[in-house]
Amino acid sequence: MRPADKLVRAATGFQCQIELERAGQIADCRSILSLLTLGATQGCELVLRAQGPDADEAIRVIRLMFDSHFDELQPDSST
Amino acid sequence: MLELQGIAVSPGVAIGRALVFDREGYRITRCLVAVGEDEREWQRLAEAVVAANEKLEASRQSTTAQLGERLGGIFSAQQQVLVDPHLQSELESLIRNKTYSAEYAVSEVFTKYAQAFRKSHSTFLSERADDIRDVERLLLEALTGQPMATLKQLPHEAIVVSHDLTPGETASFDPEKVLGICTEAGGPGGHTAIVARGMEIPAVVGVGNFLHNIRSGDEVIIDGHLGRIIVSPDEATRDHYKQRRLYRESIATQLQEIRDLPACTSDGVRIELMANVEFPHEALSCVARGADGVGLYRTEFLYLGHDQEPTEEEHYQAYAQVVRDMQNRPVVIRTLDLGADKMGMTMLAEPENNPFLGLRSIRLSLRNPALFRIQVRAILRAACLGDVRVMFPMITTLDELRSARFLLRSVSEDLAAEGKHIQCAVQVGMMVEVPAAVLMLDRFIDEIDFVSIGTNDLTQYTLAVDRSNDSVADLYQACDPAVLRLIQRTQQIASEKKKSTSVCGEMSNNPAYALLLAGMGIRTLSLAPAAIPILKKAIRSVTIGQCEAMAWRALRLSTAREVDAFLMNQLAGLVPEIVLQA
Repeated sequence: MRPADKLVRAATGFQCQIELERAGQIADCRSILSLLTLGATQGCELVLRAQGPDADEAIRVIRLMFDSHFDELQPDSST
Repeated sequence: MLELQGIAVSPGVAIGRALVFDREGYRITRCLVAVGEDEREWQRLAEAVVAANEKLEASRQSTTAQLGERLGGIFSAQQQVLVDPHLQSELESLIRNKTYSAEYAVSEVFTKYAQAFRKSHSTFLSERADDIRDVERLLLEALTGQPMATLKQLPHEAIVVSHDLTPGETASFDPEKVLGICTEAGGPGGHTAIVARGMEIPAVVGVGNFLHNIRSGDEVIIDGHLGRIIVSPDEATRDHYKQRRLYRESIATQLQEIRDLPACTSDGVRIELMANVEFPHEALSCVARGADGVGLYRTEFLYLGHDQEPTEEEHYQAYAQVVRDMQNRPVVIRTLDLGADKMGMTMLAEPENNPFLGLRSIRLSLRNPALFRIQVRAILRAACLGDVRVMFPMITTLDELRSARFLLRSVSEDLAAEGKHIQCAVQVGMMVEVPAAVLMLDRFIDEIDFVSIGTNDLTQYTLAVDRSNDSVADLYQACDPAVLRLIQRTQQIASEKKKSTSVCGEMSNNPAYALLLAGMGIRTLSLAPAAIPILKKAIRSVTIGQCEAMAWRALRLSTAREVDAFLMNQLAGLVPEIVLQA
């Protein structure tokens, strides 16, 4: 739940529309409930998409967050 | 004023304020607001979101300070849920387009998410359902300005109003706080009915959809005699019920005076008045009301709200308590009368299309001999402590009776072989509640010691009517001539063989019907403990000749309506002082 929270906070800072897709299901990155509903766990494959003026920057920042495991000391098993 | 009709399942009148429960845990009323008030509701919600957010922020800060950022982050995520744009737009749509109250909208939307999370196959997500519920609770508390009531801890005395109640909820009732119970769903054999009767809380179930017409705090009257509920009564109605309550209280004092006198007609014919009980603690109130014994000890409560089957020891302790408290008066223990229609017997009974014609009662017991044996062992052990009799419910065929008796014998041999002290000469009876059993009773009668007529099921099976079904409930009449003929035949066959016949259905609670049964030759009635004093009063006011004349006339009538009108009229003539009671 914490990573989802961080993701929403990050996404809200951009103007662009950011989506996360898992197995055909698409979540709005501004909505924590929508992200949680994906039921994504560590190791599962996700597609990140962004559309809008600062889309490239958004993708870069969010990618970084995933790569750093959302700064969790112990990698969280969620989202 | 709004008047609604439901099924009366526990007698008495309750007047009080409603506490409406409509959701698991902390329930909320399904309420619509007037068109044009949506802006106000939306504002209320916005303020509640701010208030809830402040609380979460405070929790986040203190938790982070004490336990670190990781745990504090849980609250941060909950704050995120609170302002989630999808959630907010769903709330707005319900409030603005469907005129939901803010509480109702919150409850609907959060329940939807919590259910979706719970249904998912991921344990991670189903645990998040609790986080969502936490946020919902905060919002609702902010909206209503008070902590959400739970059934376990009612904030004050109240009439509990709900769609339905789970066995766990009814089992945790505080009888001091719950003045009355009213549910949209439920039937006469359901757990709500059973618990309410056991606790002597007036209750009406099966009212149908009405929760959108009632808010917590509304004044409500529950009439557990007529199955009526009145929301926001007018002055005259409230006075009428208050007066009735006063009258009942004054009659109760009079009845107390005859408590220790026997239930004899004025010409000396003794009618045994036994009690129907559900819970062990009721035995004491049976004694206090002058019961001659327990004529029907329903054992289903042992399964109430438990996921696990009760152990032999749990059965034994419950039975032993009743037998001891009844101090050598007879105690008739009915073996399990459960089915798909009752309580949480999910581990034994699959959901059925037609539970009343399905695997229930003695059929269920015979199909699960391991479970049945546990109960029978406990009964036979408790039989050493007093006058215990065993009764098998819903016997339809002779094979069932024989199988049940065979099991009883084999259990008693087991106990003897184990060196356990048991009472060998336990009387065995059967309930007569299926028309087939009446028609074949001449073949059953030599294999049993007594019969007890369960008029609730006998009426249902004879008239082919489910009384919990609103559309046909009016056909359900225990005084229907068809039912009376079956009772008469049962009594005649049993008395030819010198076996006793008792009547243990709700029919016996009604003084007019009870006098009719006495006139038909029934000498043992088993009824709700609370109804015993008034029935004793009725019996002591008449001669057996008057009862017989009543029966002679009643059995010649052709419709339930005629019988009922005739009996009520007779009662008014014979025992006018108790008529107002009914």
